[in-house]
Amino acid sequence: MKRTVSATASAWIRSRDKLWSEWFEVLHTRPRHLRIAQAQKYIEHYRALASDLSTARRLMPRSATTAALESVYAAAHAAIDRSSRQTRSGWRALFRLKMPAAMSALRPTVLWIALLFVLSAGAGLWLITQYPDLIGLIASNAMIDKVEHGQLWTEGLFNVVPSSLASVQILSNNIAVSLAAFCAGVFFGLGAFYIIALNGLMLGALFAFTHQHGLDGELLKFVLAHGPVEISVMCIAAAAGTALGESLIRPDAATRRESFQRAAARLGPVLVACALLLVVCGFIEGFISPNPGISLPVRAAVGWGYWLLMLVFLRGGLSRATLDTPPGAKT
Amino acid sequence: MHIAGLTGVELTLPIAGPGTRSYAFIIDWHIRVLLALAWLAVVWLLFAGMDLLGVGRGWRSPFAVLGVWPAVLIYMLYHPLLELLMHGRTPGKRTAGVRLVTRSGGVPGTAAILTRNIFRLLDSMPFLYLVGLSSCMISAQRLRIGDMAAGTVLVLETAASAHNLARLPALLAQTGLDPGVLDLLNELLERWRSLSVEHRDALARTLLARVNPALSAAALSALGDADLYQRLRSLLPAAA
Repeated sequence: MKRTVSATASAWIRSRDKLWSEWFEVLHTRPRHLRIAQAQKYIEHYRALASDLSTARRLMPRSATTAALESVYAAAHAAIDRSSRQTRSGWRALFRLKMPAAMSALRPTVLWIALLFVLSAGAGLWLITQYPDLIGLIASNAMIDKVEHGQLWTEGLFNVVPSSLASVQILSNNIAVSLAAFCAGVFFGLGAFYIIALNGLMLGALFAFTHQHGLDGELLKFVLAHGPVEISVMCIAAAAGTALGESLIRPDAATRRESFQRAAARLGPVLVACALLLVVCGFIEGFISPNPGISLPVRAAVGWGYWLLMLVFLRGGLSRATLDTPPGAKT
Repeated sequence: MHIAGLTGVELTLPIAGPGTRSYAFIIDWHIRVLLALAWLAVVWLLFAGMDLLGVGRGWRSPFAVLGVWPAVLIYMLYHPLLELLMHGRTPGKRTAGVRLVTRSGGVPGTAAILTRNIFRLLDSMPFLYLVGLSSCMISAQRLRIGDMAAGTVLVLETAASAHNLARLPALLAQTGLDPGVLDLLNELLERWRSLSVEHRDALARTLLARVNPALSAAALSALGDADLYQRLRSLLPAAA
């Protein structure tokens, strides 16, 4: 019986000579470079490969031939089962459909997180007003020293480095903080709460401290142009993190892992939007905020104007306006 | 990991454990640290040459902005960029023989790779990837949190290639051996040096007796280690 199986296997393998040589040629071609007819041929080869693997598993389960077929089948499968390239339509769907949908679902959480931020800022303001010595827990000695000498720590910051380079540094730092607020949400949302509460507390405390030295107006002037969007984006990222935590507390799929994965995929576009908004914020913080020549009303107009633009963008309004236009049409 | 293939024939992908994962990571870590340090060294030399090292202090000095921050970016973007460009592989993963696939066995897309890498912030906490490693050890599919979020799995890449498969039918036709014997023969010759003389000779005699039943036990036991090796080699065509 064993000999019969072996002879059958031998005969079967010999009969595959031409086909397997063809595979060797076809499977070495990069799938992205195939023309339609070649891609169809590739699929046919994949089907034949599956059939051969099935036969090999039956005839010689633990053989090197079966292992080689498994390996080739896995490679062919990976070549076929891949997502399409992120084309223009992919980006359009991301900004027009996925991001607004995720933001819409996230709106109540964003409002709760914003409330937490405001309450924390209030707490920080009250704390430093009542106990001024506690500022040492929040600000560095260099910052305290500078404010006590009547200067904001932001002054002279951009004298050495060009604004463009400083902007890149600021925006990468802000993006990292927002990503951290998102990721920290894995701890059932508590990590996101912590980051928001800490940032709110620090902002309130710094305003109280600068107020004690008559510099609160200067600080407001500095943050006005970039602050509204920067703080809003941080709240949005933390809300996304909270939603991630909620997916673990109240799974909406068969398993918590699946629910977590779905939530991460759903919230991904929100993070992309946050990163884009922070890029512009970084440039505002690098070019406009430290420039003493720009007046308060202009800063307020930039800050709140950009904030309104952010609202339109997050609702998918901007992409609708730009992407609905057919190519070649006059706007 | 068993996945339903697109044709209905199941696909088997062996999952990489924490050891292989750590091995790949350590290689990649060395590469990215070296790249970042190389960048720092180049900028330092340029600044030293132009006598600019003393200009400014802290994280916003020209050296920090042009030297340190790009080096940090190289370090941080190494994984996402290479995983995207190399379809789920990095030089470290390639050396360790692993690759990244989706739960359906396909190549992960941009969103999955970015999500996976964003969660490095969490997996690397509090130090030495403790969270990620713990998660790998606990989960059945050896996943770190980033993999769970992105729906990716790290699998072992088997060495068997399409090339071996393509030449197999011709090899069987030339040698007249059955596939099982050919497997044993290849494996024995491959491991010849790593086996003790006593064991490899015993295995070679058993195999030769199976290939050629006419060979008597006395004739086989008269063959020395080198003769046995030659006999086994002669069963395969010269080019094999």
